[in-house]
Amino acid sequence: MTAAVFFGCTFIAFGPAISLFLFTIARDPLRVIFLIAGAFFWLVSLLLASLVWFISVQISNKDSATQQKGLLIFGVVLSVLLQETFRFAYYKLLKKANEGLLTLSQEETMPISIRQLAYVSGLGFGFMSGAFSVVNILADSVGPGTVGIHGDSQHYFLSSAFMTLAIILLHMFWGIVFFDACEKQRWWAVAAVVISHLTVSCLTFQNPEYVGSLVPTYVILFLMGVWAFYSAGGSLRNLKLCITCKDRDFLLANHRPR
Amino acid sequence: MQLAGRVASLTSQKNTGNLLSGVGCNSVEKKIYVHLNYTVPCVRLLNATHQIGCQSHLSGNVGVLHVLESEENVDWVLRSGPNPPYLVILESPLFTRSIMMKLKNGSSRVAGVAVVAPSANPLEGVSPHTTCPNENTGVYTENYDPSLAHCNVTVWNPLGSGLSYEQFDFPIFSLKDDNDTQVIRQCYMDHNRAVNGSTPQYPLCAMQLYSHMSAVTDTATCMRRNDINFSISPEMVCDPLGDYNVWASTRPINNTAKGHKMWESVVIAAARLDSRSFFFEVAPGAESGVSGFVTLLAAAHALRNATQEAPPNRTILYTFFQGETFDYIGSSRMVYDMQNNNFAVDLDNVHSVLEIGQVGLRADSRLWLHSDPVSRKNDSVNVRKLIESLQTAAKGLNVSVNEPGFSQPLPPSSFQRFLRARPIPGVVIEDHQSAFTNRFYESMYDNAEYLNISYPPNLTPEEQLVFVTDTAKALTEVATVVARALYIQAGGAESQSDSLFNMFSVPQVTRMLYGFLIRSNNSWFQQRIPPDFMSHLTDRPTNFYVGVAQQRSELTHLVQYLLANLTGSTANISQDNCQNQREDEKDKESKHMYSYVWVQGAAPPNSTKREGFCVRSTVRLSKALSPAFDLRDYTSKNYSTWTESRWKSIKGRIFLVASHDLEVNFPFTPQRQHMECRFNLHLCFMNFLRFLLTMNWLCTHCRKSGKLDAGIHCSFLE
Repeated sequence: MTAAVFFGCTFIAFGPAISLFLFTIARDPLRVIFLIAGAFFWLVSLLLASLVWFISVQISNKDSATQQKGLLIFGVVLSVLLQETFRFAYYKLLKKANEGLLTLSQEETMPISIRQLAYVSGLGFGFMSGAFSVVNILADSVGPGTVGIHGDSQHYFLSSAFMTLAIILLHMFWGIVFFDACEKQRWWAVAAVVISHLTVSCLTFQNPEYVGSLVPTYVILFLMGVWAFYSAGGSLRNLKLCITCKDRDFLLANHRPR
Repeated sequence: MQLAGRVASLTSQKNTGNLLSGVGCNSVEKKIYVHLNYTVPCVRLLNATHQIGCQSHLSGNVGVLHVLESEENVDWVLRSGPNPPYLVILESPLFTRSIMMKLKNGSSRVAGVAVVAPSANPLEGVSPHTTCPNENTGVYTENYDPSLAHCNVTVWNPLGSGLSYEQFDFPIFSLKDDNDTQVIRQCYMDHNRAVNGSTPQYPLCAMQLYSHMSAVTDTATCMRRNDINFSISPEMVCDPLGDYNVWASTRPINNTAKGHKMWESVVIAAARLDSRSFFFEVAPGAESGVSGFVTLLAAAHALRNATQEAPPNRTILYTFFQGETFDYIGSSRMVYDMQNNNFAVDLDNVHSVLEIGQVGLRADSRLWLHSDPVSRKNDSVNVRKLIESLQTAAKGLNVSVNEPGFSQPLPPSSFQRFLRARPIPGVVIEDHQSAFTNRFYESMYDNAEYLNISYPPNLTPEEQLVFVTDTAKALTEVATVVARALYIQAGGAESQSDSLFNMFSVPQVTRMLYGFLIRSNNSWFQQRIPPDFMSHLTDRPTNFYVGVAQQRSELTHLVQYLLANLTGSTANISQDNCQNQREDEKDKESKHMYSYVWVQGAAPPNSTKREGFCVRSTVRLSKALSPAFDLRDYTSKNYSTWTESRWKSIKGRIFLVASHDLEVNFPFTPQRQHMECRFNLHLCFMNFLRFLLTMNWLCTHCRKSGKLDAGIHCSFLE
């Protein structure tokens, strides 16, 4: 339905993520690099999942609807598991890289903490995942028509955009929780991340009942957000201090002399 | 490219080519759009002074569907409808001049028109052509005789509405009355129908039509733009209309030595090949074209034996002109070539002209012989003899030939171009005394049904091919008259002419009518064409639109091969020699006099491989491109200057629109916003602003509360 829907859905889906990028990541080149590397890892996981999917579709019986549906579910589950596997692989890589960076750099402290890496890599995963979710839908939203002539729901574009927004933020929160759990060897937390990712992905099978898929997703988003806040070291006390500008560490860390 | 455009217009819907589409996950585009399979547009044609036809925007015209119920309903489209622009769906009875002119005047609210072509012809006559066809390029100009110019005496096409010659700023497409159109009507019923006077609610059903034409203004402008050579890949914007004329002679004439031939006196038997309609490449041309040239082909066939056994004094030249609909392209070119010694004979060799016009609808079995009153006054122009030949020829047959009985100019005919060059005796045979009896002149309804060619039900195509209809018999009678008259006019003995069998050519006429009007892919045609032409035969009637000069149409080829088979003879030559236009390896002379074509023939009963053979005949092609393009005089008033625009894509699709605004101007049109659009906009800006403001507030708050050095800038805002 032309440019209105296109821009609207683009900003809905990517607005918060781009804002986060601009305000917190864009200044620091190291963070940008790790973000892009994170996006690349997600891309590789998608490539593997799509290879498996493609081969299995060619082998399968194209006429049987139940078989195709089963194949779809299998594909989704496989893709989620592969994404989490690659998140773990990225974590391992970053740990090794950090040691290497430390020996190379002249400073005594690490240039980037593992917490920052968790945030950045999660956001990288989110960007790439969001791009693949929604870009082809956005491309078709530019034309003059909207979904519905065959009886599909009209809110297709809008709900895809909201879902993508949720997924991007969720990837960011999952990244934070996952890395923290791996640091502290809390494997149940890792499993919880994987299970919540599976849950969100499988909720999309509710579509076109968009309420049934979006509302639980946003509930999970809120819960994961709170969990990520706490695992990143936040607490109510910190929050109060920050908002009332009494948090000396934050102020000192962020000021730049003229 | 126009050629690519032509292919695209005829092939099926766009291929979305999704690898995973077989899995059941539809691509988003399939959810949104339904592509139209059969789209026939009206295209833009240009001449020296005008542009006619239709034009769409480069990115297609989008309009909310509206099925027009009556002429009063046009008011909804033009004034009261709340969701302009509209794309109007017209049933064919409403496709009239008055409605189209109203839509044309309100074209800011009209995005396009789609006309549903009916499956049966309408009852009353409809002709989109002008009332006086080719009025400026015939012989009747102010110089020749002002009282006869511009159809002052007889209006030839009184039912003509002139729609084909109007310029529209929106696309007009033709749809078949099939399942696709039913989908369109259903979409309109479900979404767009205003119930009990209330305005229809969104989402509304809309259609987008693409038929952007590259050429504008007139032929001179587009030919000038064709010549622009600035870029590496120059783009052509238009092409001249034209094709090839087909001609043959009863005695071989040396085609390589052009110009006047001593002692050669020629009787020209002419017919017209082409036709047109409002829409592109829809031109059934049954009465206006087929009746004439099929009769001439049958007459040529009937004369074959007589002209070989007892050859008359003069040679008979059979000529089939292409492009006559568009200001006499073919005949003007042949006359021009004759005047410039570029043709096998010249005008001094021409003794007389007999033209066969529209002869398919004879009421009371009468044929009318039209002649030019101005040149008849000249004693040296002996039209009387030609008329007497025709009257002699008609004796004993179920046909009566009459003159119109009053001084009337010639109807639009190729003979007028010969008269423009010099006065020559000539007669045009028609089935109407004054105005046309053809009620569907140059329209899409001038088809087999109009000529009463109908077959009993449950016949296979091959049985239909050989079924003799009354129309075939009637045309054969006319062909017999023409053949005998030509023979007598060429100097043959009258007694001999009686032996030209009555109804000799009935089987040929039957098959030709079937092939040209019902289905060109039939066994009779297949046996008479070369092997590489097989793929051009289709399961539909032949299209009679002349087309652009670079593309030789199916029709010209078919007439060429049929004429060769009907007037030529089998030659015992190998295929290699035949295709190289020679009798044997050493022969270099035959190609000046004869032309050879290798036809694929029939397969014998016990095998599937066809046995081809070589046909030697005098059939030639001569270029039918208007002399204006050779002379580069694109504003010529004497010659045809018709060109056809090029286009990139012709397609159409339907979909739902969720908002009135089909373009990005929503902030400035507050009264027409839909909730979802506003919602989108608010949300998108909200997201951006939310973070921006939060951080800004944090920073300024921190600075104001004195916890930050006032000289410090906030890092995220730098």
